[in-house]
Amino acid sequence: MAQPRVLILRAPGANCDLETEYAIACAGGLAERWHVNRLLEAPRRLADYQILCIPGGFSYGDDVAAGRILGNQLRHHLAECLQEFKAAGKLILGICNGFQILLKSGVLLPLADDLTGPATLAWNASGKFEDRWVPLVVSSSKSVFFAGIESMYLPVAHAEGKFVPRDEPLLRSLETNGQIVLRYGTNAALNGPLPMAPTVAYPENPNGSLADVAGICDSSGRVCGLMPHPERHIDPTQHPHWTRASLPAAGDGLRVFQNAVGYFR
Amino acid sequence: WRAVHVLLKPGVTDPVAQSTTAAIADMGLEAEAVRTLRKVWFAGLDDAALATLCTKLLANDAIEQVIVGPLPFARLELGSPYEFRLVTVPLRSLDDDGLARLSREGQLYLSLTEMQTIQAHFRQLDRDPTDAELETVAQTWSEHCSHKTLAGRIAYRGPDGAREFRNMLKETIFAATGEIRKTLGDDDWCVSVFADNAGIIRFDDDYNVVFKVETHNHPSALEPYGGANTGIGGVIRDPLGTGMGAKPIANTDVFCFAPPDTPPEEVPAGALHPRRVIKGVVSGVRDYGNRMGIPTVNGAIYFDPRYLGNPLVFCGNVGLIPRSQSFKEARAGDYIVAIGGRTGRDGIHGATFSSAELTHHSESLSGGAVQIGNAITEKMLLDVVLAARDRGLYHAITDCGAGGFSSAVGEMGETIGAEVWLDRAPVKYKGLSYTEIWISEAQERMVLSVGPDQWQAFSDLCQSEGVEATIIGKFVPTGRLKLKYGDHEVADLTMEFLHGGRPPVVREAVYDLPAERALEWNAAATADFTETVTKILGSWNVASKHWVIRQYDHEVQGGSVIKPLVGVNNDGPSDAAVVRPVLASRRGIAIACGMNPCYADFDTYHMAASAIDEAMRNCVAVGADPARIAILDNFCWGNTERPQTLGSLVRAAIACYDVAVALGTPFISGKDSLNNEFRYEDADGRSHTIAIPASLLISALGQVDDVARCVTMDLKQPGNLIYLVGATYDELGGSHFARVHGLGGGRVPKVDPQRAKVTFAAMHAAIAAGLVRACHDLSEGGLAVALAEMAFAGGWGATIDVAKAPQSIDANQAAEAVLLFSESNTRFLCEVPAESASAFEHLLAGVAHARVGQVTDASRLEILSGERPVVSAELSALKASWLAPLDW
Repeated sequence: MAQPRVLILRAPGANCDLETEYAIACAGGLAERWHVNRLLEAPRRLADYQILCIPGGFSYGDDVAAGRILGNQLRHHLAECLQEFKAAGKLILGICNGFQILLKSGVLLPLADDLTGPATLAWNASGKFEDRWVPLVVSSSKSVFFAGIESMYLPVAHAEGKFVPRDEPLLRSLETNGQIVLRYGTNAALNGPLPMAPTVAYPENPNGSLADVAGICDSSGRVCGLMPHPERHIDPTQHPHWTRASLPAAGDGLRVFQNAVGYFR
Repeated sequence: WRAVHVLLKPGVTDPVAQSTTAAIADMGLEAEAVRTLRKVWFAGLDDAALATLCTKLLANDAIEQVIVGPLPFARLELGSPYEFRLVTVPLRSLDDDGLARLSREGQLYLSLTEMQTIQAHFRQLDRDPTDAELETVAQTWSEHCSHKTLAGRIAYRGPDGAREFRNMLKETIFAATGEIRKTLGDDDWCVSVFADNAGIIRFDDDYNVVFKVETHNHPSALEPYGGANTGIGGVIRDPLGTGMGAKPIANTDVFCFAPPDTPPEEVPAGALHPRRVIKGVVSGVRDYGNRMGIPTVNGAIYFDPRYLGNPLVFCGNVGLIPRSQSFKEARAGDYIVAIGGRTGRDGIHGATFSSAELTHHSESLSGGAVQIGNAITEKMLLDVVLAARDRGLYHAITDCGAGGFSSAVGEMGETIGAEVWLDRAPVKYKGLSYTEIWISEAQERMVLSVGPDQWQAFSDLCQSEGVEATIIGKFVPTGRLKLKYGDHEVADLTMEFLHGGRPPVVREAVYDLPAERALEWNAAATADFTETVTKILGSWNVASKHWVIRQYDHEVQGGSVIKPLVGVNNDGPSDAAVVRPVLASRRGIAIACGMNPCYADFDTYHMAASAIDEAMRNCVAVGADPARIAILDNFCWGNTERPQTLGSLVRAAIACYDVAVALGTPFISGKDSLNNEFRYEDADGRSHTIAIPASLLISALGQVDDVARCVTMDLKQPGNLIYLVGATYDELGGSHFARVHGLGGGRVPKVDPQRAKVTFAAMHAAIAAGLVRACHDLSEGGLAVALAEMAFAGGWGATIDVAKAPQSIDANQAAEAVLLFSESNTRFLCEVPAESASAFEHLLAGVAHARVGQVTDASRLEILSGERPVVSAELSALKASWLAPLDW
């Protein structure tokens, strides 16, 4: 099939859309940045795309709660076309704020009847916004986006990234379904059952995420959200230690986008 | 239990409330108004204790109100309707006392001569001015907008002789750039200097880069969060308002504070405790910069007790602009279009206030000048402006900064003429008078010159992104500035009087060089050098700033190459930041700064020269080409009506000229902030004034042909050789060695610009040739501190012999202290692999340099003098003391 088309959904305050567009282009995709207002005017147009990517940033300032307002818009006005998009076997990726939005909107994990989410991204244990590079391990083969990747070194930059499942059974079901796809740290082994607590110490686990969860996917493996920024490690000179060793060909994050684009090749 | 409510005062920007209002509407619900508040419960506190807690901790009276007990209102007030009333000021009849009182009480802050000039002008017109006319003149003539002191006539007497300046800035800073550009001839890479909202230089075949650094000191003193927040928000609008609009690609932020451990009882009334100021300022910059999606990649923090009550907050922004979009021209017949945020009472009198001295009354007097920004409004503005620029939908753009519409329209229409319809400007709430609309400094607004043929497309684009765009007037070829409210004319001034009518400021400037005294050595200072290194690493200025840096997003936009924190654990202090503004390219820019208020008390000439040298070597250390570095000046001084204070500034400006010309390093933009003093009354009613030390920030914008050639400061490989480049002199005056041991006197570091130029060129050649694995400049703390930083950043030990260092110091018992801690300029430490040594030495042939030691795997810092150990320490201990002070 031809070059997969990627819709990058930007809203007021989205700010990682340009580098995400560049990362997708490097991976061979054809990305277009859409203001959410355009999609609200013509939801059906979403069907023209194979991949939906919600980039990082501060949609609507993260006012009320990170991702809350755009999440509501997706739920109120775009639920149907997003459902069709998923049903058509297409891919949805939420990075950082995009992860928060996918969770709050129920696109990633179904919401309860009272609209409460099964899991949330709470304030960092440190209580503040932090930008730092962290080691990551792919802990499940379920997600299309991490196929063939064992570990990555990527930056996080957020204030609300502490993954907190509603209760232990929920964590257990995510774990057994292989939906916990990305974890902070270097220990690949899912030496489960995972505890309702961080097992990796700060700062490797930068926000105190329970079970060190950095990214999850839905039951199909085609919808995925993660807090770290793969689009910020495309060129090898983005690696904080690149001056200490010889330059590799590409940054760790490129594989994520190549997997997404390759899925439709 | 008692409930305490903390609310923003009515009219203060409340971003969360704005978003929530929109979100509620989006859900199909109705809400008349939304306000956010914090609610706190207390038990067991008497009224007095509660009151103290509220003012010292919970709320800031400048922007917030505290309500103890239940909220007294049934609905949220949205302001009451405004009934037009033309206000004229009986100026013609006033005597000198009356004029002075009007200037002071009306917060015009104009001198008597200036008031007399305005009076004469209106006597000639045979009428009194309206309040809007008077305010317009005051804004335009304010120090903040016209820089009348430094651009004025100055009779200077100093150690370098007597000079009569007709325009001091033109004859020093600007003149240097002019001469450099002439020398460069066809290779001139400056594009626009000291003309637009930011300086513009060539980057590559397609793009130019622009750079501007501003200060927001007085607002930050009163409300640290809002002051810093709107400081960064304001400077981002400078590149955005430069040429046809540049895309902001990086922020730099430099702060000056009183020490965090200042005892609370020493904080005078009207001043906030340094800790509160620091936390507020850092949060303000963080929340605005991060939300804008602009990486904050460079900065510095300096501490001195004299910044108490008057902190310094420098905010800078670098932008990228297509070469073809670097110039603009408003056209007669174009609409004057306001876009972005709405107009409220925010920041009224900010321009004039920032020209006034702070007093312990400022809080109540100028509260209105303090405000909160809304980064998302500005991000939407940014997105739409760049889209409109690329579609060619306007002819000119500028930002609404100090003075609001009054300055923006006044500047844009200076050579044309303008008519403004103030009643059309969208307002946040009812009740604003025409004058308030005209001078409001509400944030997140830009003014554009849009052709009638462009308007429809422009307005549609703005609407599609949810950005408000409104025609508020027209540029008309009359040479006059006419303001109307409905059918009423509320102002009519000639552009000529507005921009050309101000009487020149004439000032005396005297600089008496403080007598040079020998350093006041004491036994403790030379007793234990290991302890001294540890102490300096743990001193406020040198200590790690990771607590600040990590709260800033320095990776967004995906171009980060050299980060503010580097090394094996990502926590070493980088000399400069390098970013790739064009993701598909390996061409980069380097951003660094230099400043040293500690030298101000010795000689502001050498302070300025040292600041330039430091900014340059920081850029060179990471791989920037010294022949392509542009610099900015930001003068923050005390009250320059004192000839001595102005003299110390002129002395510094002369140094800027000398060093810039010698290095071939042009100034491309700059800004000054005068009257940085804090006046207060002590318990016995005695009046005191704290004046800041003369503070010159030099910001540098360098360029890197191939970022893959950049180097960082962390040691890389045991066995590699360590070279010291540049000579060490007996220059411990104002050093951190002197600071931690409380030693006065000593010689202040000087710069030999000719030698510096050769050194920078040689260093660049070596780095560009790939011979250098690590490079760190020597600054605060000198050789010992720089080596310690390189070692613990890289996780490898180092052993050197200071006796091998190139030096020219008269033999004295403290020679070792000088070699270890002197802050002599133009010096670098380099890690060089053995196989590259001869090539390195060959390139450095013309420059003082020596192989002083090597990298070890011992995780210890060992410094010998010949055979004798003078410093011996575990890296972990040194690092711990460096990390601790600001690990909040």
